[in-house]
Amino acid sequence: MIELLYDIPILGFLFQFVGYLIEVLPIIAPTIIGAATPIALGAMCGFMNERSGVVNIGIEGMMLTAAFVAWWVASLTAQVLPGDPIGPMGMSPALLVGLVAAIAAAMLVSLVHAWLSITVRADQIISGVIINIFAVGITGYLNLLISRSAPPSAGQFRAWDAPAFLADIPVVGWLFDALLSQGPIGLSLLVAVIVMQVLLFRSRWGLRTRAVGEHPEAAETVGIDVIALRYRNVILGGVFAGLAGAYLTIEFGNSFQGEMTNGRGFIALAALIFGRWTPLGSFGAALLFTASEGIQRAVRFGPPEGALGDFLSSVPSQFYSALPYLITIIILAGVVGRSIAPAADGRPYSREKREKRAKASA
Amino acid sequence: MVRLGILPAMAILLALVVGALVMIASSPLVRGSLDLGLPLTAYGALLSGSFGSVDAIINTLVQATPLILAGLAVGIGFKAGLFNIGAQGQFLMGGLAAAAVGVATAGLPPIAAIPLALLAGVAAGFAYGFIPGFLKAFTGAHEVVTTIMLNYVAIQIIAYVVSGPLRGENVSFARTETITSAALPVLAGRNGHIGIAFALVAVPIIAWLLFRSTLGFEIRTVGANPEAARYAGMRPRLLTILTMAISGLLAGLAGATVILGTVGHIPAAYATGVGFDAIAVALLGRSHPVGILFAGLLFGAMRAGSGLMQIQAGIPVQMVNVLQAVILFFLTAELIVRYLFRVRAESAEISELKTITSSYGTGQAVK
Repeated sequence: MIELLYDIPILGFLFQFVGYLIEVLPIIAPTIIGAATPIALGAMCGFMNERSGVVNIGIEGMMLTAAFVAWWVASLTAQVLPGDPIGPMGMSPALLVGLVAAIAAAMLVSLVHAWLSITVRADQIISGVIINIFAVGITGYLNLLISRSAPPSAGQFRAWDAPAFLADIPVVGWLFDALLSQGPIGLSLLVAVIVMQVLLFRSRWGLRTRAVGEHPEAAETVGIDVIALRYRNVILGGVFAGLAGAYLTIEFGNSFQGEMTNGRGFIALAALIFGRWTPLGSFGAALLFTASEGIQRAVRFGPPEGALGDFLSSVPSQFYSALPYLITIIILAGVVGRSIAPAADGRPYSREKREKRAKASA
Repeated sequence: MVRLGILPAMAILLALVVGALVMIASSPLVRGSLDLGLPLTAYGALLSGSFGSVDAIINTLVQATPLILAGLAVGIGFKAGLFNIGAQGQFLMGGLAAAAVGVATAGLPPIAAIPLALLAGVAAGFAYGFIPGFLKAFTGAHEVVTTIMLNYVAIQIIAYVVSGPLRGENVSFARTETITSAALPVLAGRNGHIGIAFALVAVPIIAWLLFRSTLGFEIRTVGANPEAARYAGMRPRLLTILTMAISGLLAGLAGATVILGTVGHIPAAYATGVGFDAIAVALLGRSHPVGILFAGLLFGAMRAGSGLMQIQAGIPVQMVNVLQAVILFFLTAELIVRYLFRVRAESAEISELKTITSSYGTGQAVK
């Protein structure tokens, strides 16, 4: 029966590809989700910033800083406080301290970004550039100095043992299993995506944030403190960048290398845009982006049979890697399905200006 | 002119102080104990590595060349109210095209091979700058986002082309063949190639273009006030595309001079930060060609001297990035500088910059 479907010219190709996906997705799902987690977390940081009207291209630098701090602080703590895990998923004191430090570091960098963007009213792109250059410099500098004494790694979080019955659910069991068989940071992303999505569209905070991101003057008129809300959201966004960075060095891996974020902060930006500035959308976009690389790897190890396999193998691997960026450009240009930023994104808010205007019209 | 330079000079001074504090704080890791003199040793080595000898000065010029060219690229964008974060990608594409033509013209005499390779680099940069300009003008896709994305696309293009069709025959890692007859001639010292002259010539040319030509007047008008420019009969759409393309051209030239003059080939995993440093150069130079020349020389000197600083003082070269970021920080947060030094110099803020991110959220095409 299926053979017949596959034999249809051209359309059969598509069926064959879907068949191949159904076959390999359960196998590559954990890899895809693992690669998507830091990107989705980075996008959540961007979401908190941009929904309230502050552009953040410094996600990359925030993640890199957090990755370094998580690894370094965990390593230092492990030397003073060696100890077995005190909780599930390999939660040792060292790793937990490292995680908290990473979040604090990213919040501190976010505070600088908030101050430059909101109080100084500097160009927000420049603020992001400063953060990125500084992060590469300071983490590279300290890493080189520290690695001379070869400090021990504090290890990494372990994945949660998801209940076996989940994997036994027909058809989608593998997806539940892959999503839940993650460490604490990976699991916290799932919670955060759902909670933030609901908050954005169903809470007072969400309504205010969207108002401030779209039309801050109007928001201020109805009594919302634009400056305070922006500060709060940008600094809280740092929590997600901190988790994203820590994920790289104490959950996904257990070591730090210079510039190891390797553009993930910018893919996060792409995921944010592709996901139309929503948590759920950007999580989906991050999965889609990393799936493109996951499928490429699957094709390399076990291509489908026949002409489809030949075709997929002939596509250069670099094309799969470039795909997320190309898709983002296409989406932004509005060729297929336009993605539009919050209207006040990137525009510093000046209370005096509003007051002046109000006086002039009075 | 002098007053314009006060705030950048203060920002540099403050950055050196911050850098010194970082070095002192980290001196136990460098020296094993707290060493208050470490910054002096480090800055001394930085200075002698960049200006201490004829070779050092030539090396400074070599390092400054791409920074000046790419800095001009970013600066001309600023003048038109465009933020070209894609100098990095345009630099890479310029380098790739120059390397491709440089390898292909190995049989030709240098007098023919060099111009062809340079032309390829310039054309590739022009085209790679044209794309985001076109997208901005006709669809409103913001150039900041599209150029960031194109930077990563450029990395993948190089990885594909150089590990595939252009891969050299007898090379130990994935890279092109060594460029022979298209290599830029070395005129002075060990590595003082002719590309230095391009940068030094580009500065007055761009200054003339911006401040003496009709095109430059229109670019600056569009940057300062797009509405006024349109009412005056200028075509903001065309100017947006043209400015981005010229910007890409300059960044492409920067890439070509580095590949043809210094590296001699392009590796599949070519890593460089020139395009991002160029943003810092343009900001520090207040997007004025002469300012960019000095800013490029300063950052070039830091790059040139950083090696000796690492050898003599044990300070990792990444300190240069820290210094650059802190300089930018104080330039951006100039109110700190004003407060500390009680100066009433002209604002370091580039007036055109105000317009840059203001259009981020609207996503509207240029009218």
